[in-house]
Amino acid sequence: MAENESRRPAGRVFVPRSQVMTSEDVRRALVRIAHEVLERNHGTGDLVLVGLQTGGVPLAERLADLLFEIDGMPVPCGTLDVALYRDDVGLRPVPSGEVTSIPVELSGKVVILVDDVLYTGRTVRAALDALADHGRARAVQLAVLVDRGHRELPIRPDYVGKNLPTRSDELVEVSLDGVTIGEIGGER
Amino acid sequence: MTKRQSLLSVDDLGRGGIERVLELADTFAEVSERLIPKVPTLRGRTVATLFFENSTRTRLSFETAAKRLSADTASLQVATSSVQKGESLRDTAETLDAMGVDAIVIRHPASGAPRRVTDWVDAAVINAGDGEHEHPTQALLDCYTMRETLGLGRGSGGFEGLRVAIVGDARHSRVCRSNVLALGALGATVTLVAPRTLLPASLEGWPVRVCSDLDEVIPAIDVCYVLRLQAERMREALFPSLHEYRERFGLTEERARHLRPGAVVMHPGPMNRGVEIDDAVASSANALVARQVRNGVAVRMAVLYLLLGAPVEVGLDEGLFGAEPELGGRAVGFGA
Repeated sequence: MAENESRRPAGRVFVPRSQVMTSEDVRRALVRIAHEVLERNHGTGDLVLVGLQTGGVPLAERLADLLFEIDGMPVPCGTLDVALYRDDVGLRPVPSGEVTSIPVELSGKVVILVDDVLYTGRTVRAALDALADHGRARAVQLAVLVDRGHRELPIRPDYVGKNLPTRSDELVEVSLDGVTIGEIGGER
Repeated sequence: MTKRQSLLSVDDLGRGGIERVLELADTFAEVSERLIPKVPTLRGRTVATLFFENSTRTRLSFETAAKRLSADTASLQVATSSVQKGESLRDTAETLDAMGVDAIVIRHPASGAPRRVTDWVDAAVINAGDGEHEHPTQALLDCYTMRETLGLGRGSGGFEGLRVAIVGDARHSRVCRSNVLALGALGATVTLVAPRTLLPASLEGWPVRVCSDLDEVIPAIDVCYVLRLQAERMREALFPSLHEYRERFGLTEERARHLRPGAVVMHPGPMNRGVEIDDAVASSANALVARQVRNGVAVRMAVLYLLLGAPVEVGLDEGLFGAEPELGGRAVGFGA
């Protein structure tokens, strides 16, 4: 989310234009991603889900629930705040504190980073740095609900809910109720 | 370089700013608990400490905070510096500024010295104690410690209704002044307990009640904040003897027994054990002295992050502390 929002001028509001995913679409995409995760990792052993603050957190929790429903094994689920690791500290206004909480030691684990929107890739770069301070994961995979393109770094997702071509001046809003595309409107 | 915003007084923050520092400090407290308690946030920034008075914890705390944020630190040892050759405060500050430091953490025996320094430098100036005026980061870490220990966090009603007694040498205490301002802004009820000779010359505008009987106050408070008796600042006889001071205003073992269950004891340090606070009280389970020191690092990380982590222009135009975090528009994502 942080990444999606970083380009937004302060004091403006999101003006929705069209809904591109309904809540049912979001649910189906997450179910498919859960199956892909299980297939690729041969089950849930060693898996840890980590949701990026704030947009990725509820998605990660939902994925954890789905993995448990499908496979019957609980998967640890944590949160990660990357504000302190961004490469544009000093260029953006200071965000308020979000909390990092990693429930298990990551050494030897397979971490699945979960975020709502993948855009420039800078949030994910910061997240990789942040993760490294919590131990040496055996592998890190990336799951996003929406990939909207415009990458500025060599980063690609492993699991994608929907590829959504956008212009850079558009905004994508994600919730469990669906995905909406829109633009920046007038003053708040 | 454009001028950075400074932190000179608790009044610079206001209620919104104080609450923002306290919330950010939660993030940094988590960082401090990690296996590797360090984040790259302020890489490339330099924080200089310039202390014209002695200090153990404040200076060390600021330097630790800066290092955990990956900032570089420079520590000017006044005793071995050109200050001893008669270099003025202005020239010393301008020298630091010319070297390109981003923040100057200053402690000075003269009230108002940090504010004067802001006229001469572009760096952020952080008041780490000026004379009998203020010590804002101490008040912030004290509020954070109360909030943490007494469960006054988000959604709890906060400091409203919290009863704090500040006991002792209020007259010479910058810690007292900053705490009165901060606790007042947050809505706590503050009672000053001191002999008349150790009260500030004027209490006009202070949101406090005054009482000279500690025994009357003790059973009705949530926090007993004991101030250090500042012998080094006293130029006259303000009370008959240390013994008599302890008898009437010291937090003795006997008095501490009358504290309510769950009430806590705080002290900014350094303590005069056996004078304003008994040894056994200072080492008891409800004394938060060590916790205050630990929280000081997280709170100072939050302050450094606010002052040095934001764009300079935002600091000047919008005010870092008052405004809500401007991530723009309404939050995108889940959450109610």
